[in-house]
Amino acid sequence: MGSHGIKDRVAIVGMGCTRFAEHWDKGLDDLLVEATAEAFTTTGVTKDDVDAYWLGTAQGGMSGMLLAKPLQLEGKPVTRVENMCATGSEALRQAAYAVASGAYDLAMAVGVEKVKDSGYQGLNAFPVPSDGTQRTLTAAAMFSMVAPAYAERYGVPMDELKAVLARIASKNHHNGARNPRAQFQREMSVEQILAMPDVAGCLSVFDCAGVADGAAAAIVCRAEDAHRYTDSPLYVKALSLVAGNGSGLTDPAYDYTTFPEIVRCAEDAYAQAGITDPRVELAMAEVHDCFTPTELVLMEDLGFCDRGTAWKEIQAGAFDLTGDLPVNPDGGLKSFGHPVGASGLRMMFEAWLQLRNEAPADRQIATTADRNLALTHNLGGYPGEMVSFVSIVGTSSSLA
Amino acid sequence: MGSRGIVAAAVYVPHRRLDRTTIAEVAGGGGGTGTRAVAGYDEDTTTMGVEAARAALRGRDVPVPRTLWFSTANPAYVDKTNATAIHAALRLERGSSAFDVNGSVRSVMGALCAALQGSGSHLVVSADLRAGLAGGSDEATFGDGAAALLVGDSDDASLLAEVIGEGTATEEFLDRWRTPGDVRSKVWEERFGETRYVPLGEAAWDDALKSAGLVADQVDRIAIAGTHGRAVGALAKKLGVGDRLVGADVAAGVGNLGAAQPVALLTAALEVAEPGQVVALVVLADGADVVLFRTTDAISSWTPSRPLADQAAGGAPIDYGTYLRWRGILPVEPPRRPEPARPSASAAGRSADWKFGFVGSSAADGAVHLPPQPGDTRAVPMADAKGTIATFTVDRLAYSPSPPVVFAIVDFDGGGRLPVELTDVDVDRVRIGARVELTFRKLFTADGIHNYFWKARLI
Repeated sequence: MGSHGIKDRVAIVGMGCTRFAEHWDKGLDDLLVEATAEAFTTTGVTKDDVDAYWLGTAQGGMSGMLLAKPLQLEGKPVTRVENMCATGSEALRQAAYAVASGAYDLAMAVGVEKVKDSGYQGLNAFPVPSDGTQRTLTAAAMFSMVAPAYAERYGVPMDELKAVLARIASKNHHNGARNPRAQFQREMSVEQILAMPDVAGCLSVFDCAGVADGAAAAIVCRAEDAHRYTDSPLYVKALSLVAGNGSGLTDPAYDYTTFPEIVRCAEDAYAQAGITDPRVELAMAEVHDCFTPTELVLMEDLGFCDRGTAWKEIQAGAFDLTGDLPVNPDGGLKSFGHPVGASGLRMMFEAWLQLRNEAPADRQIATTADRNLALTHNLGGYPGEMVSFVSIVGTSSSLA
Repeated sequence: MGSRGIVAAAVYVPHRRLDRTTIAEVAGGGGGTGTRAVAGYDEDTTTMGVEAARAALRGRDVPVPRTLWFSTANPAYVDKTNATAIHAALRLERGSSAFDVNGSVRSVMGALCAALQGSGSHLVVSADLRAGLAGGSDEATFGDGAAALLVGDSDDASLLAEVIGEGTATEEFLDRWRTPGDVRSKVWEERFGETRYVPLGEAAWDDALKSAGLVADQVDRIAIAGTHGRAVGALAKKLGVGDRLVGADVAAGVGNLGAAQPVALLTAALEVAEPGQVVALVVLADGADVVLFRTTDAISSWTPSRPLADQAAGGAPIDYGTYLRWRGILPVEPPRRPEPARPSASAAGRSADWKFGFVGSSAADGAVHLPPQPGDTRAVPMADAKGTIATFTVDRLAYSPSPPVVFAIVDFDGGGRLPVELTDVDVDRVRIGARVELTFRKLFTADGIHNYFWKARLI
């Protein structure tokens, strides 16, 4: 028994990503065609060359036919996967493991969400028949409970913590302003963000992820075949997933200042990849900043800094684009937008651009010459009950 | 053979009070002085009935009810029995019965008389939710609330009061009526009803005294309930009630509780009665019913868990606009959020102990799980547990019949944690560390299905 991972056995050899936006004029099919077309082109293959497909969508529809129809795939295996907001990452994990098993030579992971057709703002879970006792709080409100808990535990005045949260949002807006595919491409100052009214706990809409439509795709193959498709593949170092058992909701010991599922998931990913000091070894991280307090706690849960220090590190700029460890260089969920099923692959798309030095010059991370590893972190759920995904990819392979 | 009578009693008055002087400014008339009780947007007659019944059964060593009667003039459901939800919330045994006696204000007297004439322990629950249109006299004089009585035999329970006489008179005439579904009751010219009710009341009064072998002067406390205020006043005068009349403070601060008024006033009388006193309940509703009780020595050691006088003096204000909104009299734009889906009957049926009874579970290590967790072996009733707020939030985005949603993580005494909605709450009073108790509420209604569950409220 053990989580051994597939370090350096699989490579990402092509990717695509649509702009994330309120795509009133594009449907799910259009987004799927656009993202996959870019991935086919960058890989230099056709849809027929790909042996198997994994389609991630949280609420976009049912079954693999959701992809087979718009792409007009002939006789291909297509699996629809769902793991809340970590759906896109889950699709990649399935495709990578399928290739690693030897079952297929070339596999594609696609993530898509068409959230703006619901007629309501925000994300709305589809109703599953239930006894009616489940809480109906929004995700924003659930995550808002992290802020006062963190402030209390570490003795941070609430005003100061709000400024820290605003700085997280401001940083992600700064990065998104340098990203032509992002939903929001406008810088927002800390002062502007602090002036917004609260909507859930102490959070304003500017503490929340953008709600956007979009799709992203990746093509994977066995590592030894990678150079058939590209000179600069991304080697998969780790893919880790933890599904929480919800104990945080029922356990009085849980204090809302950490996400235990993410701690476990990160430990597993670092073990798979052989990483001992992520702060030093990683060139960048894309993390699931669904709400600003989430990014705050993630810095500690992912081991980027010590417990109780993230708020200071954030204020010191450690995770800025030019900081010690750039976090969400593409703008994150905050600025890039969050089409649920696509976000995990969108994170990987930024690792793809940055590690291959293909990001626009004004947001290209300088340290990728020295550090060639990137982390993506994707979660679904709420404090106390979540699924967590962590991947690590790099440009060099120990087996090559 | 022992006697039969009242084993326990309680009134539930909801948290909010509408200042009657604020009505005329908006409605152009109506209102008055004092306040009336207002049910929360998340309360109906069933939930208020649960609260009254819980209060009645708490604090005294009482037999388990074998029969439950629920009476209201404003039932949450028709066709479907409402008493079964109360039965479930009280976690009564499956082998005990639950019946609605609904529709008219008088129906509660049918339930009470059936309980007094029956055998074994009967729980009589009554509740009413009374609005009327804006500016009307019903709006100002009525109130929302519930009252419950446990009736039993002296052989297997310590009675607070034994029944010693009954009288009744019935006559068909039209005084007050309401078409099902309407918020407004209509009344005939008051003088007509008065001329019917006063003789009926006198006849029933005389019958009751005769059956008890008493004369009028031997009655110590007299509660007169009825929706016809003028007839109630005239009868009180005719009977020479004087300062023996019970319930003036209820009218001033809470209002006439309609179908719950008879049991509420009887409870009010019992809460202040001394041993050996004769207490009369007189009800004018489509006839007249009189029941006479004599209090026992046990009443001197009875401490009501929520005395009516305390509740009448308590509560928190609600503005008239919110009141109109909660009752649906002022239709307002709903939140621009998807409305919740109706709860599943089969899923709710499977989890009835949790959903209606707030029964969690515990594992071998004693950790309490809310909701119950598969694999746990022991059921843990937690509805009466108190808890402490570990953290909380105010959600201005989530759907609610009355936004914002105030939500807290509550750690319960004796173990267990639940993220749960707060109710009867003013946001600025919520604090980490504040103490809460549970209350049975209606989360929302979808497809006509009332989604009942528990919320927490500050103690």
